[in-house]
Amino acid sequence: MSVLARVWDSDVAYSFRRSPVAMISAFVLLLLLVSALFSRWIAPFNPFDLASLNLMDSLKPPVFMPDGEAAHALGTDDQGRDVLSGIMYGMRISVIVGASAVLFAVIVGVTVGLVAGYAGGLVDAVLMRVTDVQLSFPAILIALLVDGVVSAVLPRDMHEALTIYVLIFAIGISFWPQFARTVRGSTLVERSKEYVMAARVIGLSPARIMVTHILPNVMGPVLVIGTLTLGLAILSEATLSFLGVGLPPTQPSVGTLIRIGNDFLFSGEWWITIFPGISLVLMVLSINLLGDWLRDALNPRLR
Amino acid sequence: MFAFIVSRVLQAIPVLLVVGLIAFAMFAFVGDPVTIMLGQDYTEAKRDALVAQLGLDQPFFVQYAKFMWNAAHGNFGISYRLARPVMDLIAERLPATLELAGVAASLALLIGVPMGVYTGLRRTAASARAFMIFSLVGVSLPTFLIGILLILVFSVLLRWLPSFGRGDVVNLGHWTTGFLTVSGLKALVLPAVTLCLFQLTLIMRLVRAEMLEVLRSDYVKFARARGLSRRAINFGHALRNTLVPVITIAGLQIGGIIAFSIVTETVFQWPGMGLLFVQSVRVADIPVMAAYLMLISVLFVLINLIVDLLYYAVDPRLRMSRPGAAR
Repeated sequence: MSVLARVWDSDVAYSFRRSPVAMISAFVLLLLLVSALFSRWIAPFNPFDLASLNLMDSLKPPVFMPDGEAAHALGTDDQGRDVLSGIMYGMRISVIVGASAVLFAVIVGVTVGLVAGYAGGLVDAVLMRVTDVQLSFPAILIALLVDGVVSAVLPRDMHEALTIYVLIFAIGISFWPQFARTVRGSTLVERSKEYVMAARVIGLSPARIMVTHILPNVMGPVLVIGTLTLGLAILSEATLSFLGVGLPPTQPSVGTLIRIGNDFLFSGEWWITIFPGISLVLMVLSINLLGDWLRDALNPRLR
Repeated sequence: MFAFIVSRVLQAIPVLLVVGLIAFAMFAFVGDPVTIMLGQDYTEAKRDALVAQLGLDQPFFVQYAKFMWNAAHGNFGISYRLARPVMDLIAERLPATLELAGVAASLALLIGVPMGVYTGLRRTAASARAFMIFSLVGVSLPTFLIGILLILVFSVLLRWLPSFGRGDVVNLGHWTTGFLTVSGLKALVLPAVTLCLFQLTLIMRLVRAEMLEVLRSDYVKFARARGLSRRAINFGHALRNTLVPVITIAGLQIGGIIAFSIVTETVFQWPGMGLLFVQSVRVADIPVMAAYLMLISVLFVLINLIVDLLYYAVDPRLRMSRPGAAR
């Protein structure tokens, strides 16, 4: 049987084909991801290209309103930038920051969880105490504090270049405890199984046992939490950018667009802020619904 | 019980010391106050005198201990941005944040619990389904977007409610309140709704899930078999037992309300601690950031302690299973 056929026949694929919610969310997410990641080639305008901007086009309403133009389907902002293109470019940055932050959180969390679960004893007690303490603080607060502290410590002239990495670090560090706790739980179960004992008997190093033997068996829950965390991470980034401590207007994410557009709300130009908001909600909602489905599909008790 | 409290307090101390160390370390990395204070012309002796006067020639841990000692006495120095004592700034803004958070928390509990009970008891009713869809929206919309949408509808389009600030406040000595004027109450509506919506839907979903769980249990079946009235079963047996986890979560959510009040206060330009903190982060106003960091951690340690105690008081099994064991 070919790989494709085996994937098609698997339990997860079967459950996917039976779930309209999962299929619609996956479709919406794919659409958003493609338009975000390939924005450079498929967006109608390049919002960073000053030559293409025309101030005569500024503050045009979306196409379905009386003054709207077909060229700017979702209207334009005060500089004459196309809102749709801005969203596509902004979404790309949001997705990159969100995904990198989750990857960072997974690496830190899985490492801590594996070591704590496998080593046990004092190491476990100390690591889990740290995890518990951090879990008692809301993630967004941690991200805001870390972002503030790191930005304060870095020299001023490096800010612009490093903002995006600071943001990834701050959001990533705020989400690792969930992964650490889950992986530690599964590692405790796996540690006492026979294959781990066998690996220990033939003299493999603890690091080797953890990475090649235990790790593949504890990754299932990590995948589910990772998907749900991706939605939260994108929201965190949007929130920080909205508060004005995230990405600057020179590298606008969706959150930055909403913050900038917010200033025009009172003069009636609602589309500059509402359309980025809608696209953000669509993205997060489809990720969350897909994560919920994945959790149920991977849970053998619900089959 | 006493041993339990003592062990919890002892566990909180290292947390606060570490947070203090982070807060203190921020000062060390940003700028050199001696160079700024001396100006351009100075002798080496003058410089040494100033360094000694500021206590900067002492070992790191002595300086750290001094910082913590001052912090414990409410002295966090002077804000770089506003050139005023940090404690005065925070004391000025504390009432605004506490009033907002208090109203939001009350709304979330007073609406969330009944809605959860209702949707749990009448799972199939159309109105219960409508509540569930509403709660899905509440969980998926980010706080700042809810605020923007409310401003768009109620301030820009309908012009019913103000979109920023606290309105007129009455000064009561150390406390300013917006509860006593019409404009103060009007200004409170949109921020409070924005802030409570997420917690409200969370509490509602939690109560619903717990109700469904408890209604399936054997003792509720037994209560039915005894012929008790529906009212006695639903409220006397079922609701009472669902409240144990609800108290815990609701307690922890107070922390969430404080965290998200930062976002809400920014959207509505509410003159509270959260707005002060965001403005300080933007310009790296370290004394304010350090003070906020310390205050928030003390607050969270206290909240967690109270939740632990409540849990201990509400659930007798915790007392029975580990007599004397402090955990």
